[in-house]
Amino acid sequence: MCNCGENLRDQRYTALEKTLKKYRHTTGKIIPVLQEIQDIFGYVPIEAIREVSRELKVPSSEIYGVVTFYGQFHLQARGKNIIRVCTGTACHVQGGGKILEAITDYLGLKDGKMTSDDMMFTLEPVACLGACGMAPVMMVNEDAYGRLTPDEVPAILARYDENRKQKDDEKCIA
Amino acid sequence: MTAITVSINGIKTTVPEGTSILQAAAGAGVHIPTLCFHPDQEVKANCRICVVEVEGRNNLAPACATAVSEGMVIKTATRRVLAARRTILELILARHPQDCLHCSRNGTCELQQLAAEYDVRYNRFPRDEWQLPLDYSTPGIVRDPNKCVLCHRCIEVCTAVQTVNALGLANRGYDTQVVPSIDHDLFESPCVMCGQCIHACPVAAITERDQIDELMEAISDPEKVVVTQIAPAVRLALSEEFGGEPGRLRMEQLVDGLQKIGFDYVLHTNFAADLTIWEEGHELLERLQEGRNLPMFTSCCPGWVRFAEVYYPGLLNHLSTCKSPQQMFGALVKTYWAEKMGIDPEKIVSVSIMPCTAKKYEAVRPEMIDSRYADVDMVLTTREIARLFRMTGIDPLKLAGAFPAPWMGEYTGAAVLFGASGGVMEAALRTVCELQGGTLEKIDFCDVRGMKGVKEATVYLNGKPVRVAVAHSLSNARVLMEQVAAGESPYHFIEVMACPGGCIGGGGQPLTRTDRDRARRMQAIYDEDRGRQRRKAHENQEVKALYQDYLGSVMSHKAHELLHTRYTLKRKNT
Amino acid sequence: MHSLKEMRREFQRAFNVSTNRVKVAIGLGTCGIAAGGEKVWNAVNEYVENEGLDVDMMSTGCLGMCYAEPIMEVHMPGEPRFVYGNVKPETAVEILERHLKYGRPSPEYIVGQDPRGFEPAPNIMELKDTGFFKSQVKTVLGRCGIIDPEQIAHYIAFGGYEALEKVLSEMSQIEVIEEIKRSGLRGRGGGGFPTGRKWEAAYNSPGPKKYVICNADEGDPGAFMDRSILEGDPHSVLEGMAICGYAIGADEGYIYVRAEYPLAIKRLRKAIQDAEAMGILGDNILDSGFSFRIRIAAGAGAFVCGEETALMHSIEGKRGMPRVRPPYPAQSGLWGKPTNINNVETYANVPGIIRKGADWFAAMGTDNSKGSKVFALTGKIRRTGLAEVPIGISLRDVVFDIGGGIQNDRKFKAVQIGGPSGGCIPASHLDTPIDYDSLIQLGAMMGSGGLVVMDEDTCMVDVARYFLKFTQEESCGKCTPCREGTMRMLQILERICQGQGGPEDIDTLENLALVVKSTSLCGLGQSAPNPVLATLRYFRSEYEEHIFNKKCPAGICVELLDIIIDPAACKGCTLCKNVCPADAITGERKKPHSIDPEKCIKCQACIMKCPFGAITKG
Repeated sequence: MCNCGENLRDQRYTALEKTLKKYRHTTGKIIPVLQEIQDIFGYVPIEAIREVSRELKVPSSEIYGVVTFYGQFHLQARGKNIIRVCTGTACHVQGGGKILEAITDYLGLKDGKMTSDDMMFTLEPVACLGACGMAPVMMVNEDAYGRLTPDEVPAILARYDENRKQKDDEKCIA
Repeated sequence: MTAITVSINGIKTTVPEGTSILQAAAGAGVHIPTLCFHPDQEVKANCRICVVEVEGRNNLAPACATAVSEGMVIKTATRRVLAARRTILELILARHPQDCLHCSRNGTCELQQLAAEYDVRYNRFPRDEWQLPLDYSTPGIVRDPNKCVLCHRCIEVCTAVQTVNALGLANRGYDTQVVPSIDHDLFESPCVMCGQCIHACPVAAITERDQIDELMEAISDPEKVVVTQIAPAVRLALSEEFGGEPGRLRMEQLVDGLQKIGFDYVLHTNFAADLTIWEEGHELLERLQEGRNLPMFTSCCPGWVRFAEVYYPGLLNHLSTCKSPQQMFGALVKTYWAEKMGIDPEKIVSVSIMPCTAKKYEAVRPEMIDSRYADVDMVLTTREIARLFRMTGIDPLKLAGAFPAPWMGEYTGAAVLFGASGGVMEAALRTVCELQGGTLEKIDFCDVRGMKGVKEATVYLNGKPVRVAVAHSLSNARVLMEQVAAGESPYHFIEVMACPGGCIGGGGQPLTRTDRDRARRMQAIYDEDRGRQRRKAHENQEVKALYQDYLGSVMSHKAHELLHTRYTLKRKNT
Repeated sequence: MHSLKEMRREFQRAFNVSTNRVKVAIGLGTCGIAAGGEKVWNAVNEYVENEGLDVDMMSTGCLGMCYAEPIMEVHMPGEPRFVYGNVKPETAVEILERHLKYGRPSPEYIVGQDPRGFEPAPNIMELKDTGFFKSQVKTVLGRCGIIDPEQIAHYIAFGGYEALEKVLSEMSQIEVIEEIKRSGLRGRGGGGFPTGRKWEAAYNSPGPKKYVICNADEGDPGAFMDRSILEGDPHSVLEGMAICGYAIGADEGYIYVRAEYPLAIKRLRKAIQDAEAMGILGDNILDSGFSFRIRIAAGAGAFVCGEETALMHSIEGKRGMPRVRPPYPAQSGLWGKPTNINNVETYANVPGIIRKGADWFAAMGTDNSKGSKVFALTGKIRRTGLAEVPIGISLRDVVFDIGGGIQNDRKFKAVQIGGPSGGCIPASHLDTPIDYDSLIQLGAMMGSGGLVVMDEDTCMVDVARYFLKFTQEESCGKCTPCREGTMRMLQILERICQGQGGPEDIDTLENLALVVKSTSLCGLGQSAPNPVLATLRYFRSEYEEHIFNKKCPAGICVELLDIIIDPAACKGCTLCKNVCPADAITGERKKPHSIDPEKCIKCQACIMKCPFGAITKG
């Protein structure tokens, strides 16, 4: 079995330790520390908050307050690719809900989770993307896809999944 | 300091420089409403209820945070001011649950009072309440985040006064909330259940966990024998709930009232307080002799014990192994007392009436089953007992009085002192000094009395100086603990009470605002002590009987089994 | 102390020598990059290498002509500097092919020329005479787009650090403060507090440790002059801060930059490093005994941190929530120490004042507002960009002369000044001079200087809603009126835009706005209602149209639109029918179609699709 995920995890925690060591005897450096942590993990894990609290001797309640105050920080891991699905009226009447379903099915999202287990995708339903004429619409990162049908979804996502940058020219509208 | 003359609603008043408009107005007899303002706390100026008009300024000024300046012309009740206050109230009320009728703060809620004062008859804004679950995770305290008005008072008391850091802010803007550390439940936070946040809260966002129903179920069960112990700080403060000065309610009246409610036997925690002094005093002498685990800290206060378990697990051997009086009492009531009275311990429901929310937690600590039953079955706070009296139509101040049951009802003035910060220390010193032989001439140890955060004294035992310290509020305890951790503590014996002023300011007491209130209750403690015939713990005859008839001797094997305990690390989201 | 003077001469020589070489400069500020400047750079680079041309490539900051980005300049020795606009990679190569190889400029792409003492080329307008630059003064932006911001030598060659040198060698702390006071410089970040008085208060606060903070948390949507200065001329800010540090007695400074400005952060880092390496920052600066270090604090995404007390909390690692003042930062600021806070543009003004004197500065502007101000022109205006003008110039001059008027010949409706804290000013007040005090009288404010121009197709209720949504989301949540009040105001505005507004809504909105304005704790809450109050003041009838007639006169609020097909213009091509996501359009081929208003979701896809312009909103 592949255990490269384990290594990745170790590397991140080694990096975390290094960061904490660097800031150990500082005061007031919570935000730079959290920025480095977000760079390492892509988000600020709760466990890291506990570590920062211990090392910098700042109550975790205070750190949590800082993390949730600033827009830059996320408490949940986010996927490599961000899928934004339009839930505006036009997309809704054109079956946007079915598109959403197709995506959650493909990613295996359950119980309100928005990020796939392999950390490849995060799903973000958004209000109108402003391409009603192309409804239903979704965007993967910067690429917009319009006039979607549910059965096209897996093929489109698969391309990002394998990290290939080719786009479906027929469907890509931007 | 420069004197400054200002005009408030046309009244000229002269105040020292640096005085706030709020203070100046109060001095001139002008009432300005407040919500986030708390006389013992930092000025926050969050709620903006106290805004007033200041001539020459475009915006309204928060009276709490604006210092007066020479010649300032202030108007506190113009149409514009009143409209602004009412609008702010409407804004708060739009998000506040409207269940005043069945809210535990009905009648004592600061927001409700403001709404009444400002005649808020309708709300122009649609209701938009939080729909958050209540936090019942701790045995002592319940949080209803839906009711929070974001005054930040609880956070200040939790972080600045107690340094517990259980509560903090989360999110931003309209989504801002007060949450337990990292938004897990309160039990996973470092909360020690001291309940000081309850006093700080202007509404019912934080309250004690109410056990009145549970109690009434036991009382109405003919099979059960309901026995209660009363802590010394309860009586003094309870008078306040019925319109009396602290201490006006006599102990006999309280006993009478409880019997009328339906308690089968009423006893005194004070008995166990005297007992604690015997055990703890000997433990101290032992440690002094062996020079081991010094300084020794008292362990009567469950909030303090939990604080040590969460923040200083490496120093737990400095805590006295003595259980608190409540738990000593609990362990004895279902063993010794049951035996003496010939009652089946299985039928006994052991209830304690405490000034404290942390005691609710202490009673359910898993190790507190040395009687082979739950030593204490339930704990009701002073506030709950007050409610119970009102519900049952009893005004305890009007009762004739009655006497406690035998064997565990006697107490000395020393035991009464436990209710105030410095009291355990003073009680211990009275006994320890005499255990070394001789009789104390002066038994009032005034150095350890009063509201100062850390109080110190030096006494001589066998000619050797013993340095003692008393801390109340956990921020002060933290200072002393840090000294120990650094190996720099000059003390031998330290008393810690988690709440400001000690148990008289406990989290279960009638809502307490300022140190002035606490000092008044403290005085009532010392008055009672002075009035008692026996004022030293070792003079308690029933305690002597206990040792003779049951435990054998102080620190005996049996005493250890029932009266001592140990402490363990508690891993929390510190 | 003589070393810097020598260095300057040397750098000037070097700069002049380099002007004897062929130079191609490409604007690579954030806006230049966004417009595709990097692609142009790559194409030019490739071309130069392939052709083996001996050319100096230079990246510059922003000239302010956002409308003309990407911008490429060509300097041939002995010739004017030619500025090409709207350059694409292919055209860039084409232009260079003609210009470099055959010495033939391509006038069709040239925005203007800068003769620099050489014979101007005939038939090509000089840059300074073009509409965009004619009314401008370039003091703060003087070097932006001319020098390479990553070269400290360029800054020094253009008079950089001369002011610091002068201050350290000739002036006492009080003399510096007096000079700034005399200049009449007022804070360029919003409130317009006199800078000299601020410095004086910090100077008078006792204490061995003081701080200088530069507020670079430029968060107003539609304002980017600070970013442009930091990206185009970072040393000017460092120099202003160091002078302030000397004047108030501080040895440490922080620049609080918003996280969204990575390029500015990068350039500042380099600038600080370079200045330290040359002994212009750090210990014992230029052997004067004065030490001053500057650190960068990167923001983490909170607009409210532009408020000075919130900003200091943020540097301290706390939630960026403002606190009550007093105490003011000058008394108790960062870590409780006396602190002076000014914004980027304010500090960037300082070296010029010291170098050329307070009188030179005070000669610009009006009685109470001296000097120049940079404005960011955006919205429905022809020439978007940054314009630096003397304070007191009229709005009309800025919008119509510099900005070239409204796009697509639409009618001017209003200009929003000061971002979400400001207000909109209607056509009737176009001749108002732009200065701190007149704007406040009109219910707007200078703010950081964002000017968003709106035409007749803008719905003013929608504009108020947009700004309220912004401030509502950025409220810190500390005080009641801002936390709760902005949300309630937003809800009312949304209701009105959706056609759900009730007759009492205008009163409620106005009352609430006045309470939020007069009772909020900090500037964010106190100014959040301004867009609402200003639109209510000048465009009340639009609100009434929305509420009583359920019409949006500008045709913006979708819920209030009726989409109709003109049967006379409809050719029955069925394109609209096919594009409609709601199946609301019916009609047979080659016969006029019609829209079922019940089904129509007002998405307007049909309008965009119709080749005959037969579908309109009304």
